Amino acid sequence: MAGLHKSELTNPVIKWIDTRMPVFTMMQKEYGTFPTPKNFNYFWNFGALAMINLMIMIVTGIFLAMNYQPNTAMAFDSVQRIMRDVNFGWLLRYVHQNGASMFFIVVYIHIFRGLYYGSYKYPRELLWMIGVVLLILMMATAFMGYVLPWGQMSYWGATVITNLFSAFPIVGEPIVTWLWGGFSVDNPTLNRFFSLHYLLPFVIVGVTFLHVAALHITGSNNPLGIDVKSPQDTLPFHPYYTIKDSVGMCVYLMIFAALVFFAPNLLGDPNNFIPANPLQTPADIVPEWYFLPFYAILRSVPNKLGGVCMMFGSLLVLFVLPWLDTSPVRSARFRPIYRQLIWLWVLSAVALGVVGAHPPSGIWVAIGRVATAYYFLHFLVILPVLGKLERPLPLPESISRPVIGGGGGPMPSGATAKPMEKA
Amino acid sequence: MMRKTLRRIAALLTAAGLAGTVALATPAGAQELSDLPKQKWTFNGPFGAFDLASVQRGFGVYLNVCSNCHSMTLLHYRDLAGIGLSPEQIKAVAATQQVPLGLDDQGQEVIGPATPASQFRSPFPNEKAARAALNGALPPDLSVIFNAREGHGDYIYGLLTGYEDAPKDFTLQPGLYYNEWFAGHQIAMPQPLHDGQVEFPGGAPNKVSDMAYDVVNFLAWAANPEMVERKQIGVRVVLFLALMTGLTYAVKRQIWADVH
Repeated sequence: MAGLHKSELTNPVIKWIDTRMPVFTMMQKEYGTFPTPKNFNYFWNFGALAMINLMIMIVTGIFLAMNYQPNTAMAFDSVQRIMRDVNFGWLLRYVHQNGASMFFIVVYIHIFRGLYYGSYKYPRELLWMIGVVLLILMMATAFMGYVLPWGQMSYWGATVITNLFSAFPIVGEPIVTWLWGGFSVDNPTLNRFFSLHYLLPFVIVGVTFLHVAALHITGSNNPLGIDVKSPQDTLPFHPYYTIKDSVGMCVYLMIFAALVFFAPNLLGDPNNFIPANPLQTPADIVPEWYFLPFYAILRSVPNKLGGVCMMFGSLLVLFVLPWLDTSPVRSARFRPIYRQLIWLWVLSAVALGVVGAHPPSGIWVAIGRVATAYYFLHFLVILPVLGKLERPLPLPESISRPVIGGGGGPMPSGATAKPMEKA
Repeated sequence: MMRKTLRRIAALLTAAGLAGTVALATPAGAQELSDLPKQKWTFNGPFGAFDLASVQRGFGVYLNVCSNCHSMTLLHYRDLAGIGLSPEQIKAVAATQQVPLGLDDQGQEVIGPATPASQFRSPFPNEKAARAALNGALPPDLSVIFNAREGHGDYIYGLLTGYEDAPKDFTLQPGLYYNEWFAGHQIAMPQPLHDGQVEFPGGAPNKVSDMAYDVVNFLAWAANPEMVERKQIGVRVVLFLALMTGLTYAVKRQIWADVH
């Protein structure tokens, strides 16, 4: 008999199961007693919120798929039928549609949290990289989902974005034909996008499991960016963070509900209420808001291949971020210069978003190029150099120390910048 | 909406002289959508609801005027319960419309009076027939047109009331009409509404502006028939979540009281 688990649970049925398959012990360990730094702020809600958002998308999506027709002749009308003739179909559809926007809001804040507090640094590099994989999967899923209602923006967005691959020499054109399943975006494209749009969320679930598994090996980062030194620095996940996440969840759901019930089309494009028409190109083709910064990068480069490479590069650069940032100090709180520059990077990303919403002419081209340049400069030049030049502020000795000493008061004067122990 | 806000920011930046050298790609003389006069719509705002009397008049205008050229394929006569018509009224309205009823036992297409389950009658059997009859123009389906145009109600109102004589220096293509708010100003639809064209029961005012207002209300309902129910549920959901937020926060304070 190879190792039955010695369960400490008391309920006989649960104990019987737990002895043979210790899932209850695992849940208890990973979500009950899991030691979590005691100093999280509300930025640490967003991982849990992303998980909730993913579940909302999957549940609403499954019910939508029961009523949706992935056929170019019927797709547009079938979505409208869901809105009109399916019981609470409008609710399902508006939750799913706005859920995509909420998901990106949550994930972008989650990523910002990681950037600000240095969560990507040793020992959490792999955790971060899995997160970037999740972001890319999510973008692919959102893109294909937007094609399904088969409105004008669905069709033309799909045409523009899939056409990007044609920029690659030699293999480009065949790749595009292969993606389309034909010689233009058409029924085969819609069919495969529907299939993949149903598949990828479950891939995201799997990769999210890896993301969480990696997190539970390294443990969470925290606003001070210093390691947990003693059990005094931590609290059990439950009830402290289950309740704190619940507060965040209520606020998040409130914003989500306000969007769904009072302004469900606020973030959408009116053009997508016009059925797809391959013979009529809309005046401006714009992607959904969450893709605008990347779209702006694409259009900031005069050369198509260059633009495509820069656009993909803007995501791929995140993979190597843990090695580009040479500073041993994680949290921006103790990095006086980085603390300013990270906001400049946020500004460049937001500016790119605004630029992406405009036709690429006049002042928008110039703003787009400057913002694109800073986006990359920040990662490729500033971070490697800054780590060497910047004089970090003294780090607190432990997470519990500054809390005991009166919450964020003056640091012990003798302590100098203590680099993170590397390994 | 967001893009409109972004456009406004753009306009501000332009005004600030940042873009002194930049010619924004707007055709000379075209009105910006942001210049559209704003009308008062009862359906705006989190508590806004439809003015059902106006929606019903708008349906009357649609039936007598718009439906001669425009389809509304996403609507069925049964949906009219949503604007306050009784089952008998719906049956009566449907029965006035001749629609295809499928094939008879000989395989011949049957045309006959619609039932509440029928789709709104389409004026043309297909796109080609419409274009052939209308000088090459295709009237768009009106089911969700309210949502499909930037400016929504204000735009449609502006369009319906925006017919004027073309300015002297403007060359109008033959068969097109000058409209202040249509992109490029040349529209294939002749002025659809004229003062006093539709008589309303009870003698409600029927100038062009009155009818345009009613049509917009009808189209707003047609594109978003769930709106009133949606907002009513929304108020309850948001209030519930506000309460939950307060409660959860209180519990959180309680649980965290012993930390520090």
